[in-house]
Amino acid sequence: MSLTILNVLAAVVAAIAFAALNAAYLVWAERRGAGRIQRRPGPNVNGPFGLLQPPCDGIKLMTKQLMIPGGADKALFMVAPVLTMIPAIASFVTIPFSNTIVAHSMNVGVLMVIGFASLGGMAILFAGWGSRNKYSVMASVRSVSQAISYEVPLFITALTVVLITGTLNLHEMASIQAGGFWNWNITPSLSSPLMPVSFLIFFICILAETNRAPFDLGEAESELVAGFHTEYGSMGFGLFFMAEYAHIVIGTSLITILFLGGWGCPFGLYPGVWWFLIKIYFLIFSFILIRWTFPRTTIYGLLNLSWKVLIPITLFNLLLTAGLLKVF
Amino acid sequence: MGTQNVPSPLEQIPSSIVQFAVADKLINIGRVNSLWPLTFGIACCAIEMMATGCARFDMSRFGAEVFRPSPRQADLMIVAGTVTKKMMPGIKVLYDQMPEPKWVMALGNCAISGGPFAFEGQYSIVLGADKFLPVDIYIPGCPPRPEALLEGILQLENKISGWNRWKDPEAKV
Repeated sequence: MSLTILNVLAAVVAAIAFAALNAAYLVWAERRGAGRIQRRPGPNVNGPFGLLQPPCDGIKLMTKQLMIPGGADKALFMVAPVLTMIPAIASFVTIPFSNTIVAHSMNVGVLMVIGFASLGGMAILFAGWGSRNKYSVMASVRSVSQAISYEVPLFITALTVVLITGTLNLHEMASIQAGGFWNWNITPSLSSPLMPVSFLIFFICILAETNRAPFDLGEAESELVAGFHTEYGSMGFGLFFMAEYAHIVIGTSLITILFLGGWGCPFGLYPGVWWFLIKIYFLIFSFILIRWTFPRTTIYGLLNLSWKVLIPITLFNLLLTAGLLKVF
Repeated sequence: MGTQNVPSPLEQIPSSIVQFAVADKLINIGRVNSLWPLTFGIACCAIEMMATGCARFDMSRFGAEVFRPSPRQADLMIVAGTVTKKMMPGIKVLYDQMPEPKWVMALGNCAISGGPFAFEGQYSIVLGADKFLPVDIYIPGCPPRPEALLEGILQLENKISGWNRWKDPEAKV
């Protein structure tokens, strides 16, 4: 009995540590990457390669004055940053990092991760509504409408993958794709010829779900100040920032498991947690590259892309895959 | 590079028996290494401020490039340019909205003393940001070079923590 409690504690600590470390150092990677793309060094003075920058920012954010604006809904205002962090950490429970490293392998893993991802939208709505600021409310409405419209193609694409693999368990899903890149779900086969398109759509949806550029309309500075966290200073803002990066890690892990064979090597050599990490960091690097090289879209362009382009293609792909699976 | 040595009201409070010297130092080092400025520029000095954030000068090296659009998340207000009497209440509101600890930098001659606008009969310009804000660092120039803004940031770091980022090359060892 005590062993199971210890296991749970170890999993919780590991998940929080992994999320927090990733959040801190992905900010650093993002700032260095932005610098590299804009032909400047980025933070490089504090510590070797600027590696002490995230701790400095953390200390500063934690020692800043905690401010609750007058007239704000205190309960909602305080709950929102926590509520945005909880789903990010809870989703780590069922993510298999390798064949042996998984906190709890659930039969409804895909559903759980996607369900928790939708919870993040509620936190954004709380933050916007609770801070009694018209810019926050408008930004949160925008973010939530964006999240909802991109969840639909995300779910349909995930459903297509579930049809092909025949399981909702993330661990089994990755195990089925073991062997080499010709076994991965991204590779088109006779029964699923449109999988590269699905992968692209899933990637775009994760990009939009995590509110990253070019879909970061929720925090368009030119019209909405700082977005739904306009009224958050100090660590409340810090939590929103950390949650964004934790969501990116979850999203890229999901892409890796659904399409890129999880912990498997492209050529079947030495499968293990290192391949998983290589894949998610490669995807995160492409997220950073996209953020700093693409301009922001408009809200109409964003919603049109989802409802008029992505959803018809994913629905067609779902029907096609279901039919072909019946035939072959 | 001018610094204003106004004694802090906190210095008059007698220090307590319990001291947190190490923690205070650590917190100060954290603060000076992530001075996030507020995104706003009033006049032409703002162009130099943007140049300081760009490739050739790059204030991100000191962790100061995160221009925050919301005053709740900013630490440093760079008053970059001429403050008109119409603009003054807005700037004051922005300053009041920033959470403590916060610092103000007056960039350029207009923000220091009105600069070329200080003549008899002018009716629209506030003669210096320190007429209504507690300015920590004055950076002269019309407009100041980006190097001057960087030096201002380094001076502000020194003022906050008493810690020098680099040794003074001209100091006698």
